[in-house]
Order: sequence, then C-alpha cells, then structure tokens
Amino acid sequence: MVPLLQVKDLHTEFRTGAGVVRAVDGVSYAVEQGETVAIVGESGSGKSVSALSILRLISEPPGRITRGEILFLGRDLMALSDEEMRKVRGGDIGMVFQEPMTSLNPVLTIGRQITETIEQHRQTDRAAAHKRAVELLGLVGIADPARRLKQYPHQLSGGMRQRVMVAIAIACDPKLIIADEPTTALELMNGLRRQLNVALIIITHNLGVVARYAKRVNVMYAGRIVESGPAAAIYHNPCHPYTIALLRSVPRLDRPRQARLDPVDGQPPDLTRLDQGCAFRPRCRFAVDACANVRPPLHSVGCADHLSACLRGDEIRTVSGPAA
Amino acid sequence: MTAPLTNVPTILEVKGLRKSYPISEGILARRMVAEVKAVDGIDLTIRRGETLGLVGESGCGKTTTGRCILLLERPTAGEILYDSVDLGKLTHRQLQALRPRFQVIFQDPYSSLNPRMKVGQIIAEPMKVHAIEPNASRRAARVRELLSICGLNPNFVDRYPHEMSGGQRQRIGIARALALAPEFIICDEAVSALDVSIQAQIVNLLEDLRERFRLTYLFIAHDLSVVRHLCQRVAVMYLGRIVELADCDELFDNPLHPYTRVLLDAVPVPDPTVEAGRKFRPVKGEVPSPINPPSGCVFHPRCPIAVEGCSRIRPQLREIRPSHWVACSEVR
Repeated sequence: MVPLLQVKDLHTEFRTGAGVVRAVDGVSYAVEQGETVAIVGESGSGKSVSALSILRLISEPPGRITRGEILFLGRDLMALSDEEMRKVRGGDIGMVFQEPMTSLNPVLTIGRQITETIEQHRQTDRAAAHKRAVELLGLVGIADPARRLKQYPHQLSGGMRQRVMVAIAIACDPKLIIADEPTTALELMNGLRRQLNVALIIITHNLGVVARYAKRVNVMYAGRIVESGPAAAIYHNPCHPYTIALLRSVPRLDRPRQARLDPVDGQPPDLTRLDQGCAFRPRCRFAVDACANVRPPLHSVGCADHLSACLRGDEIRTVSGPAA
Repeated sequence: MTAPLTNVPTILEVKGLRKSYPISEGILARRMVAEVKAVDGIDLTIRRGETLGLVGESGCGKTTTGRCILLLERPTAGEILYDSVDLGKLTHRQLQALRPRFQVIFQDPYSSLNPRMKVGQIIAEPMKVHAIEPNASRRAARVRELLSICGLNPNFVDRYPHEMSGGQRQRIGIARALALAPEFIICDEAVSALDVSIQAQIVNLLEDLRERFRLTYLFIAHDLSVVRHLCQRVAVMYLGRIVELADCDELFDNPLHPYTRVLLDAVPVPDPTVEAGRKFRPVKGEVPSPINPPSGCVFHPRCPIAVEGCSRIRPQLREIRPSHWVACSEVR
C-alpha cells in the first residue's frame, strides 16, 4: 500500500544576514493513513519548517525549498501549480497552528471563516456551507453553534478558538492534519482522528505529549532527523545520544523525585556555523574523534524501522536499555 | 529537594488578597459595568528558605498574585506582610528601600531584557537604581562575578541579548535578579519558555543559587513535573482562588481536591507504555470567565463530585490532614 504521505530528501534553506541556514537538511519520512506521527525537536531544529514545507508555506525570499519530493497519495506536491496547491491546503491536508489568536482573522466572524474554507473547496452555496459549519462546531464540541458562528474570535476563550481552528482543519474531510504545538486541542484531535480516520502529524517539543498520542516518532536536531522509529522503541531503547539526553533531562511525575536533574549540556547549535561533523557532537557524551568528520546518515538499529543517525548507534542500543 | 519545613520563620504573608480590574463602558460617562476578579481572596504564607509552588492553568491568577506581592500591581484589597511589614502601608520611599530584598525572574527571556542595552548594563542597572555599588569599577567586577555565578562567560558583558540563546538570556535575567543580593525571588514561569534540553540546566542553576544564597522562591508555573522537582510546598489555584495547598510530596501522592486530580491526570508522562495504561479523563467544559465566575465553589460546573450545595456555598480552605489544606466541601 502506498503511504499517505512520503517526504523524500527535503531541503529548505533561509538566506539570513549571518549566512545561509539549512533549516531542513535532508529529511525523509512517511505517514500511513490514519496514523499519528510526531516530529519532536527544539526551537531551531527544523520541525516547524519541515511541516510548513509540506504545504509549501515557506515565504520566498528569504526561504526556499531547494530539493526534495513530497508525495501525497503518490502525487508530488512540489510539482503542483500554485492553484492546485491551494486546493490541497485546507482540502486534503488540514492545518492547526500554535496560536489560534493570530491565525484566526479578527475581523471576520468564525462562521464566515469556516464557511469560507468550505466554499473554497466544495461546490456549495452559502446555506449548505452554513449547515456544514454548524455540524462542524458540534463535532469539535462547541455548544450552541448557531450563536457561536456569529461571534468574532475575541469573544471566544482560548480553548474555544483552538476548537474553531480544528473545525476549520477538518471542514473538507482531510486525509491528513498537520498540527504545530497543539497542546490543548490534542485530546480532541485524537478523538476526531479515530472517528474520521485522518492521519495526524504532531509537531512538538513535549515528550509526554508524544508518548501519549504518537505511534511513530521522528526526533529532529539541527535540521535533520537523528532518530526515527515506533514510539515504544524510541522511548524504551533510544539509540541516539540526543534522544537519550532529552529523555533523561525531563523530570517525571511517575518516578520518584530526583536529587538533581540531568540536563543536556551546552547550547543549541548555531545553524550558520555547522561543520561537516555531527551537529550534536559538542554536547554529546558519547562523541569520539570520528564524529568530527561526518554527519552520519540514518541507519537501522535493532529492528528495520528504528533508525539512528549516530556512528555509535548500534553500540548505544545495547547500553541504553529500557529508558535508563 | 529537602524535607518539608515546619517551625521556620515566615518571610511573607499574604492575607485576603484581591485584585480586580474594572470593565468600563460608555464614551463620555465611563461607568463600570463589570469587573474581572483576577485574584479573589488569597491567603498564603511563605517560609524563609522554602520554595513554594503556585500552579494553575493560564488565567487562574497566579501571575497577578505574584505581581501583587511585589506591589507591581496595587491589590484591590488585602495585606502583603513582608517580614511582618505591611507593604501596602509603606511610602514610596520606604518601599523602594525594601525592594532590593525581593526580586523577580520573568518568563520570557526575549522580551524581559532591553535589546538596546549590553548584558553588562542590564545587570548593572538595578545596582545603579538602588545606588548599591556606586563605584563603577567595583560594579563592573560585580557584574562579571554575577555572570560567572550564573554559568556565563564574564566576557559576555559587551554582548547584546540578541547574540544569546534563550537559555543564556534567562541566565542574564537571573543574574540581574541576583544583583541586589535579594532574599526572596518570584520565578514567574521562569523555565516555561525554554527548550527542553535547556530547562533542566536552569532548574539546576535555580537550585544551586537557592542553596548558595539561602534564597526563598515563589515558583509560579504550570508545568507540574518541574514544580514537583523544585518545590517543598505547592498551592493550586483555580479562577483566582487557592483550592489546595500541601507539602509537595503529599500533594502529588495524595491530591484531594477534584481540580488538582484533574490537573495531575492531564500531565502526560514520557513513556508510551505508561500512557497506554492510563485512564485519561479530560475535565468537562472549560475554565469559566473570571468576569462572571460561577457561584459557590468556582469549580462546581466542571466538578465530577459536585453536589447540589456546591453551587451555593463557597468552600473555605480546611486543614483536612496535617498541613494539607483543601477548599472542597465533599473532601473528607
């Protein structure tokens, strides 16, 4: 079966005053129908840019997708015209952004914002679109939809604005929803994912959220996926030093209190000053001399779909054990 | 992590704190039509040397509480007793003289540092304002010392904030808070905006500083895992009120208020196997508006154990077990 989405060797760059930043530097992954995939990373890791690149929402200049294929149901989104691409966004692929306050239009009623999406993508009249909007608000659990549709974003609470964002994202029966740091709406989206059989890409820095919702996980660092695999493998047997360090650095409510946290040392990488070596090397407790020479490609460790981009990935696998 | 403190002198006492903001209407004749009760009657004691956590969702009034304690906002009612001195009764000059003793670390290391000032100037500024180290070369030496205490290269004095990463900026905010050698620091979401890999560094730094300078913290946060790690006691706020207050381990091992239980249930654990086995029941509804808060117990419309009386009677904090206070009529 063809995966719903295949991202192949995606490269996105930004030209900045300090030089060219390769925000996404050769990222490949796949999403199956109806599954939840997490892209985990910190600010500057390229997680949001890689998702925006799928929708070709990179403003050019300064940004540019320089290479790669994005196959959605076998069709390369990179080859589509702008007109065709607009049909995909909000149609087959829905989006939920982090900030509902800034991504909703403050001068349009939420009803208009929902019906606008429907009218853009479906051959319907206003009345039918309105009917669908009422139905959508019901789906996302907003009571009294007829009244709410006449309101403006500022009249709704933050949680309700998030729900409206979700309603817009699912308005045209998408097959995939991309959600950027959707903290509070996740429970709702997870329910809808099952109900509507839509796949979900969650972009987040929150390891707990990933563990709760994602089936597959891609960990990003400095523009690349450094570890990829089923959630259970990533959490119980991490094979990249960055993943190990991340998991160790967070305090956990289900464990006894620690005397001291175990942070990841050093600072996040400066993307304008990367060399040919592994970008995590300066902060890595496992680094050896050879790490200065190459940024190692992803290779399978243990099982076929568990990948690590660490020279010592196999070796680390045998010691990392069940989340030490 | 230290043992719960008892019989330790109080550094700060908050009595009946209220803060409401008027909502006005009309163009010529402005009249108040409603008010937002951001903080609605809070009593709190902070003991010298402890870290008290103040947790709750956004909009619950925890930040306003912190700002009122520092008198960055004038409380609508209530007393703030700092070392038994009622801050509200002090003259501007008297308050100014006390200010070096209590400082604040803000959430956002991007907006809380002046982008036009160099790091050295930012840290020296409070010393200048309070004329604490009038000698310029001694002040410069102190700035370098503060940078190194906070784990930064002393040569960063000549840099600008935009040249720094988020974690480094937060260290600068901490160095600035330490510049006046305070005894009490309010950390308002001080690690929330930081990347996961940096958060633990700053948490460890805050712990080191607490030991080294015998600091007292009010740690305002919504991340319960961090609060549990750092605090000795925790107060849970909901819609402007404290609904539960207990020693840290007691609160997390044995939460009694239905709201606290919901909050704890909502925290995901970074382990898919543990998560798969958990029953997650999202709380029904949303946080109501503080403009027209529900009558009686403010949590009753969402509460899984509410009874008929909950909509009429506002529950007071009661000591249900030793040092474990709960504002719920149904908890025994």
